[in-house]
Amino acid sequence: MTERDADARPEADASAQPTDHPPRADGGTETSDGGVADTTFGTRRGEFGVGEVPPEYETESTVEEHRSTLERIVRTLRRDRLALAGAIFVLLFVVVAVFAPYVAPHGPEETFGLMKPPLSESVGDFDGDGQTETVTHYLGTDSFGHDLLTRIIYGARVSLLVALATVGVAFSIGTTLGIVAGYYGGWIDSVIMRYVDFQWAFPEIILGVGIIAVMGGLGVVNVVLAIGIAFIDDFARIIRGEVLSIREEEYITAARAVGMGDLRIMFKEMVPNAIAPLIVQATLMIPLAILAEAGLSFLGLGVKPTTPTWGLLISDGRQFISRAPWISVIPGLAIMLVVLAFNTLGDGLRDAFDISQSEVE
Amino acid sequence: MWRYIAKRVAHAVFVMWLVATTVFFGLRFVPGGPVRAMLGQEATPEAVAALRAELGLDRPLPVQYIDWMTDLVVLDLGRSITSSTKVSALIAEAAPKTLSIAFIGVMLGLAIAIPAGVLGATRRNELADYAATLAAFVGISMPAFFVGILLAIVFGVWLGWLPVLGYVPISEGVVPWLEHLLLPSIAVGLPYAAGVTRMMRSSLIETLDEGYMRTALAKGVSSRTQLYKHAMQNALIPVVTIAGIQLALVLGGSVTVEIVFGIQGLGRLLVNSILERNYPVTQVTILLISGVFVFMNLLVDIVYTAIDPRIRYGGEAA
Repeated sequence: MTERDADARPEADASAQPTDHPPRADGGTETSDGGVADTTFGTRRGEFGVGEVPPEYETESTVEEHRSTLERIVRTLRRDRLALAGAIFVLLFVVVAVFAPYVAPHGPEETFGLMKPPLSESVGDFDGDGQTETVTHYLGTDSFGHDLLTRIIYGARVSLLVALATVGVAFSIGTTLGIVAGYYGGWIDSVIMRYVDFQWAFPEIILGVGIIAVMGGLGVVNVVLAIGIAFIDDFARIIRGEVLSIREEEYITAARAVGMGDLRIMFKEMVPNAIAPLIVQATLMIPLAILAEAGLSFLGLGVKPTTPTWGLLISDGRQFISRAPWISVIPGLAIMLVVLAFNTLGDGLRDAFDISQSEVE
Repeated sequence: MWRYIAKRVAHAVFVMWLVATTVFFGLRFVPGGPVRAMLGQEATPEAVAALRAELGLDRPLPVQYIDWMTDLVVLDLGRSITSSTKVSALIAEAAPKTLSIAFIGVMLGLAIAIPAGVLGATRRNELADYAATLAAFVGISMPAFFVGILLAIVFGVWLGWLPVLGYVPISEGVVPWLEHLLLPSIAVGLPYAAGVTRMMRSSLIETLDEGYMRTALAKGVSSRTQLYKHAMQNALIPVVTIAGIQLALVLGGSVTVEIVFGIQGLGRLLVNSILERNYPVTQVTILLISGVFVFMNLLVDIVYTAIDPRIRYGGEAA
């Protein structure tokens, strides 16, 4: 806890930009930075003020304290192969989702032969030009005759959209609640945290199902709201903890002394300081949101039944597991890989920011 | 210790009251009201008024609220709108199935997770550790319903060892009951085991690195005794927390997994009632699932008193 409080200070105003200290050697563990310390040693000496550590006394942790959020992410990815693999896969997922119409071999509603196994071919005039052509279904077709690869690629869109929007909802409501609770304390804190505790005690999927029941309709917006609301407690908890630990810091007192308003202090001073655990939490929440969306879709409580989503594909294929197991298995593997990728990335980031497991999750 | 338990019980009751209240007001704020939603937009005003009167929705809100609370306390849960069966009968039919899956799932999960976590921590960075860690990582990345489908394909369709559809009550024999529940239970148990394994491993590793472990070694405690008596007791505390929190996963998992295996449990009941806008069933099912969950959390809190000396001896320091 204390290490991270200290770490927050240099990042106060520039959360995503490098601080004015360039990355320095960290005891020789990383060769690419190795030469920097020697060249900057002599010239930078005079710049160290009270309480700062001259380079010759720097340990790994003090160097870490000077690093900006972005620098740390890059460093983590360079050092942690698993996190890097996760990041690459996440990037691939995002690109495929965003450019689905260009990447997908067919249109999402185009139909071919029913339940064709992976690598099978359809022969026919599919583009209506009067000539027959041969189409390969790399992942087979589903029970409606849609090309499975195409449906999965379009399904990635829904998953990504829902995941991002969900995290956005959870982040904005949760962060606001948590920061208000931590900043004002007293009865406001009690009321908000009672609610957060209450919500924390419930399975997200049950909460999501309950919210869907109250809203009484299917569709992307309802799914996003349901899952988003189900996750606000995690963000609220994290930022409240951060706010409590920095509330008495000098720069907050200073901000107050120069007449900064409460709102500005909260969102200009405190949020940037708590950004690291929030990023980690968001990264770890995306896979949970993807799983929750798939679960709701699987239950038939998610987006409209005609939308291509991974959960619905699995659900459709369930009746055909003996005849056409690939309809369920392949979208399931897609979910697993994407969730796995986000989890490795999130774990790597958590280690990079030195956040204990109990704080996030 | 007793004060601590009493406090936890009071808290659980309070949470249940809050859930009941939230469900009550939540369902009454549905746009157009539950009756409109149930009957559709084309319903005549007379039909709407009749159903409102039948459900008691025409009375003032505070009266309805007090009614709802007293009905709950005396367990008068009302009737289903679509079939006019008593809700309590529907629940009595569905709940044992879901709870059996969840219970066997948790038992299987713990039976896998605790040894796997200990193995990972004591054989750190050996092959067994890597295997357990990797398996756990994959495990937390799979939705339970997908695990269920994989199990059904492999053990049901390909190998033909176990049935993949339906449920047999325990009164018709323990073996057929277990046969039908084994695959769904494994499906909810595996993702659960994955989370607990990770916690068990990291918690035990952390404990083994503690200063008092070195002290114990220095005092000449043999390594096995040391491991079990000293480390486990402390390492288990966060594991119990995670095991408790992750029960949510098991309950949520059971709801989806029973649909994979065509078991008419609480999940099916809840989903159907939502799709049919059968509010009396929806509200009771949500309340029941929440109740089970709150009760399990209470149990976890009480288990703490047994394993955490800070609670056993001194109020509620933890």
